[in-house]
Amino acid sequence: MQVTYYPGCSLQGSARDYAESILGICAFLDIRLEEIPDWNCCGATAAHSIDHRASIELAGRTLNLATRLPHADMLVPCPMCFNRLKTAAKALRGDHPQRYGIKLEASLPQIWDLANFFATEKMLETTAKQVIKPLNGLKAVCYYGCMASRPPEITGAKDFEDPQALDRIVENLGATPVLWPFKTDCCGASQVLSRLDIVSQLVGKLYDMAQRVGAQAIVVSCQMCQANLDMYQQKIEADWGRRFSIPVFYFTELIGLACHVKGAKDWISRHITDPFPLLQTLNLWND
Amino acid sequence: MSQKILDPDYRLLEQIEAEGPFQAGACFQCRKCTNGCPVTFAMDLYPDEVIRMVLLGQRETVLNCQTIWVCAACETCTTRCPNEVKIAELMDCLKEMAVQEGVPSPQPRILALHETFLNNIKKRGRLYETTLLPAYLLKSGELLDRWNSGTWRYDLKLGRQMFSKGRLPLIPKSIKGKREVRKILARRKTEHSPPCK
Repeated sequence: MQVTYYPGCSLQGSARDYAESILGICAFLDIRLEEIPDWNCCGATAAHSIDHRASIELAGRTLNLATRLPHADMLVPCPMCFNRLKTAAKALRGDHPQRYGIKLEASLPQIWDLANFFATEKMLETTAKQVIKPLNGLKAVCYYGCMASRPPEITGAKDFEDPQALDRIVENLGATPVLWPFKTDCCGASQVLSRLDIVSQLVGKLYDMAQRVGAQAIVVSCQMCQANLDMYQQKIEADWGRRFSIPVFYFTELIGLACHVKGAKDWISRHITDPFPLLQTLNLWND
Repeated sequence: MSQKILDPDYRLLEQIEAEGPFQAGACFQCRKCTNGCPVTFAMDLYPDEVIRMVLLGQRETVLNCQTIWVCAACETCTTRCPNEVKIAELMDCLKEMAVQEGVPSPQPRILALHETFLNNIKKRGRLYETTLLPAYLLKSGELLDRWNSGTWRYDLKLGRQMFSKGRLPLIPKSIKGKREVRKILARRKTEHSPPCK
């Protein structure tokens, strides 16, 4: 199977673990990713906050490049990019396309949030066949964040208040997705550099609830959520005066671990909050 | 005590809806937006109050408020609004209006971050994260604060960890179409962040 791929900027830097795990499991599951040639930044929060027109045109440029590839599906791992591309597609096909200095050149491939793609029946089946070491004993909360679900008129999500994609994937790998109320509560990613105090409040609340429901780990599909929850954990622990020590996995890393995909150890060793003690306790990692 | 005289500017709603549609006029003040908002603790006006102020033509109040800047853009309000008011999108529209009209942001650092980000992608067409934080610290004047409060030690430690784990690349990636990206971003000629303290 061949698909169009839009990695987005952070997967070339801070989310290298996510990027490598995606390339690893896709090669393993025979999903060939064709990267959009010469793609640009979607503009993210900065553009949509203070330059609406640019936010549509930046994403629009990449959409036009994507139409030149022949594939029916396009995978987008970053929920922010996903959201901005879908927003631009809607705006450029909407009632006022003349507001923007860019036109959609051709019909678009189906734009997929990566987790939703891996949670389709077909992909769950394909993955299940490859599981060598089920993640038995791992109790995790699935944390979806905002941008893959909201607003539903952009994302097309039906289960936006209680998404299931990650829960299905985690269960499919033999782990236990734990029910919790903060699946889609914001982590404040856009404020992390300028207002870490806000992020500390929002993320501390997530750790606290994850602990209260008995989860040992948090599973995400968003590299901004991952960065916030993983990189700043020590700082937030200091703010809250508590110890959380809760590893934050990408779902792609868990697929890699369960299917023994080469490189899985390297991906997760890039985390800041050390995931290995937990994996060793559960006998899911033997060096 | 003298009562503050309200000076409504009812063109505000018209001006906003011309950029929209945000359907602000459909708000019937159920406060569902505010009840679901995760960052009300950092706001001076609740989201429903911003909408109300827009309807009441309180231009100065809404363009100067903290709320539009500390909004996390999580889209919970827009998603839950029973009247399809595009609340989060309206917050963006108000930020952009404030910037264009030269209203100083009460959260200058948040604005400085947005501007640093856009300048960053203007250079190569893609974000180069490695220089984002240093450039932001310089532009916002936060470097001095972090120095004085000692939190720079934490930043430095995290930076070193990220670097040693291969998550801060030394060589930026550039695209062929960077001129197209610059053209898209060039309309914003002026920057409105206050200069560094």
